[in-house]
Amino acid sequence: MNPDKRSAVELMIRYGFLVLMAGLIVFFGSTAEGFLTPFSAVFILQSVAITGILALGVTATLVVGGFDLSIGAVATSALMLSSYVMVVWELSAFWAVLLCLLMGAAVGLVNGLLIVKMKVPDLLATLGMMFLLVGAQRIPTEGRSISTGMSLPDGSTANGTFSEGFLMLGRHRLDLILPDLLPLSVVFLIAIAVAVWVFLELTRHGRLMYAIGSNAQAAALAGANVNRYKVVAYMISGVLASVGGILLAARLGRGDVASGNNLLLDAVAAALIGFAVLGASKPNAFGTAIGALFVGILLQGLTMLNAPYYTQDFIKGAVLVVALVFTFALSARGSRGRG
Amino acid sequence: MTEATIKLVGLRKAFGKNQVLRGVDLDLAPGQVTVLMGANGAGKSTLVKVLCGVHAADAGTVTLAGVAFAPASPSAALRAGVVTVHQNINDGVVPDLDVASNLLLDHLADGAGAFLNDRKMRARAREIAAAVGLEVDVARPVAGLALADRQLVSIARAMAQEPQLLILDEPTSSLSATEAERLFALIERLRAQGVAILYISHRMSDIRRLADRIVSMRDGAISGRFEGQPLDYSGAVRAMLGHEITEVDITIPTPGAPVLEARGLVLRPGARPFDLTAPQNEVIAITGLVGSGKTALAEVLFGLAQPTAGSLRLDDAPYTPRTATEAVAAGVFLCPKDRLINAVVADFDITRNLTLPFLRRHSRAHFLRRASENATATRMVGEMGVVCQSPADGILTLSGGNQQKVMVARWMAEASRLLILDEPFQGVDIQARRDICAKIRATAQTRATIVFVAELDEALEVADRILVLSEHSIVGAHRNENIDVAAIMAEVVDAAPETTRELA
Ligand SMILES: Nc1ncnc2c1ncn2[C@@H]1O[C@H](COP(=O)(O)OP(=O)(O)OP(=O)(O)O)[C@@H](O)[C@H]1O
Ligand SMILES: [Mg+2]
Repeated sequence: MNPDKRSAVELMIRYGFLVLMAGLIVFFGSTAEGFLTPFSAVFILQSVAITGILALGVTATLVVGGFDLSIGAVATSALMLSSYVMVVWELSAFWAVLLCLLMGAAVGLVNGLLIVKMKVPDLLATLGMMFLLVGAQRIPTEGRSISTGMSLPDGSTANGTFSEGFLMLGRHRLDLILPDLLPLSVVFLIAIAVAVWVFLELTRHGRLMYAIGSNAQAAALAGANVNRYKVVAYMISGVLASVGGILLAARLGRGDVASGNNLLLDAVAAALIGFAVLGASKPNAFGTAIGALFVGILLQGLTMLNAPYYTQDFIKGAVLVVALVFTFALSARGSRGRG
Repeated sequence: MTEATIKLVGLRKAFGKNQVLRGVDLDLAPGQVTVLMGANGAGKSTLVKVLCGVHAADAGTVTLAGVAFAPASPSAALRAGVVTVHQNINDGVVPDLDVASNLLLDHLADGAGAFLNDRKMRARAREIAAAVGLEVDVARPVAGLALADRQLVSIARAMAQEPQLLILDEPTSSLSATEAERLFALIERLRAQGVAILYISHRMSDIRRLADRIVSMRDGAISGRFEGQPLDYSGAVRAMLGHEITEVDITIPTPGAPVLEARGLVLRPGARPFDLTAPQNEVIAITGLVGSGKTALAEVLFGLAQPTAGSLRLDDAPYTPRTATEAVAAGVFLCPKDRLINAVVADFDITRNLTLPFLRRHSRAHFLRRASENATATRMVGEMGVVCQSPADGILTLSGGNQQKVMVARWMAEASRLLILDEPFQGVDIQARRDICAKIRATAQTRATIVFVAELDEALEVADRILVLSEHSIVGAHRNENIDVAAIMAEVVDAAPETTRELA
């Protein structure tokens, strides 16, 4: 390849995706009425908050060369669990949040142990966990949604309510320049994204996790405790998924069995799109956050253009394919024949 | 001379600003083994990759049997009869497929019918494997094979073609002597059939065995051509280095207090127990055939495996490592053999590869300190003479020998009590090997050092004392002074000493 063409490809790998995203914003800005307003921006952020948090968890497992298919189910389990704790057991928001986080950590621990101790392949272990959780979360209520005043299997009525404090997590907005602009869930997303980024990029633990994802054998022979780091990655994933579930419960205000269907796929899409951001070609927190944002912009734009809901999945899929081309085909060409 | 099969004129190739090939002119004749010698990073593998269609040349021409030849892809080169065994063994195999599919990969890619007949495939694969003496179940996935077997798979796959030009880039780097000998026999057969062969190696024994002519390469250009028997080996080495090779100078120091003491060590059930003491300030080389227990001993010392019997003491305290983590914490470092499987983190740059085991030292309160990492990397790249643009280069952009230097540097960057180096010279050129040996010896006062090598030459260059391992037990010990090479060789190849059977 001649040098000009080479650097053109490199530029494309690095910035192509961001340019694509900027183009999308310009396109929606000029075609969809009201797209370029602060409130539309905030709406997008709010809609990506939960997916984004889940995607950051998947990113942690991708970094160690694994994959977590159970995040969607963990999130909906947290949704049901927090509702059950407050509505049926009539406990406070504190207990709801605490139990959900513990549940997420426990699921991550089991996933991790299945993978490192029982040697179950990651996809199978987490797929099994997904089915298990999807079933388990429906047993206590015999498959019905949870809301105040519902009748329970034993004939009594559930009298607990979602506390104000809990609902605030999903609904409260902070004043930022404009009153009522910034949703709390977006603050959580940003804080978690920064924390995950710092952990993966700046600490020695993150470095070792990347080493494990690239060559686990080499990392082990360099003295890294490979199994422990893998388990930690699945625990991070489980905890973040339960945070997503808590925020979902707080937004909905009821334990809706039917919600959260798209969480897994949207989160995985965001994490994979993240590979393409700035030509990273590897899982990374910054890219994942941008990936989630991208998916959000796309869906909001299409909605504002009145595109029918059934075309949205199609377009999401098309975008994912394009992003993967940026990541794999172009960067493979850029480094062709290395080694 | 017969008409050249392949003719290279003014071949150039750069990676970014790095001019790697600066006008290479070379003829290769049918029925001849041309050995290409050059220091690590001279551009040998790059030249190979241009010939076999992995890289496109920036300038220059190649003619194959009189026709212009510029393969756009490896499969185009293959169709034209240019068959290559790459230095990077993972370039020659698909780890997820089984051995049979790997051996027949080129046929599969040709499109030999849409449906695969498993039984026929396996039978054909077994024939191909047998030709190079590869004794593994062809239904096994390549990912589960040892490196030597992977290397044989990629060699077998190449040999099954009908080449006009066969290129072998350091094919024996992880083979045992017997396996290498079988390869040499195959090469001789192809030479007799009139195939042109380009053979790249840093091993003088290979070169002496095979070379019809030697071409030396230095800094991306041909710096010497040597033909006609007897070949001028030292001239070839001089041409590739640009200077005389430095002399090996071993003055044996007085060893200090014992660092590692092994008593009654039994490496596997039935093996004869042995004792081993590694004192401070002594470099011990342990040599032996493949399968003699070198790897087993290294694994026991590094906590990767438990001995069948026996005890270890380190600095006069019991030493019972159960994991590599514990061994490293105790100050026992192992630089493993077969770097691509056991050591190289492909996604990392040189710096990150170098600092991997010692991140704690390079961080404060869990946070990495880039400045500290960079200082270590710059120091080690300089001390080891790693040829690179900067320590921020991706590890896979380095030549094979330079990757190896980084892996050795990784474990020499920090002070250790016992440094174990398993085949540290895989892929390293002759001068660099001398330099690394000198470096190992110069830093040896502060620790005990054990180097595992299959080649006796390498043991003679590095060690104060040479131990011979056979049948998982030590059968000989020699001070590296006026050594009787024949006696050591006899011990190395001597199967089962009597005592073993008595005790078994
Ligand atoms: N894909 C690549 N990208 C950038 N630089 C490269 C790449 N491949 C090789 N190089 C550079 O080209 C130079 C020559 O490398 P090459 O692998 O050809 O050396 P070599 O002669 O085969 O050495 P060795 O004996 O160590 O195998 C090195 O400086 C290396 O860093
Ligand atoms: Mg090479």
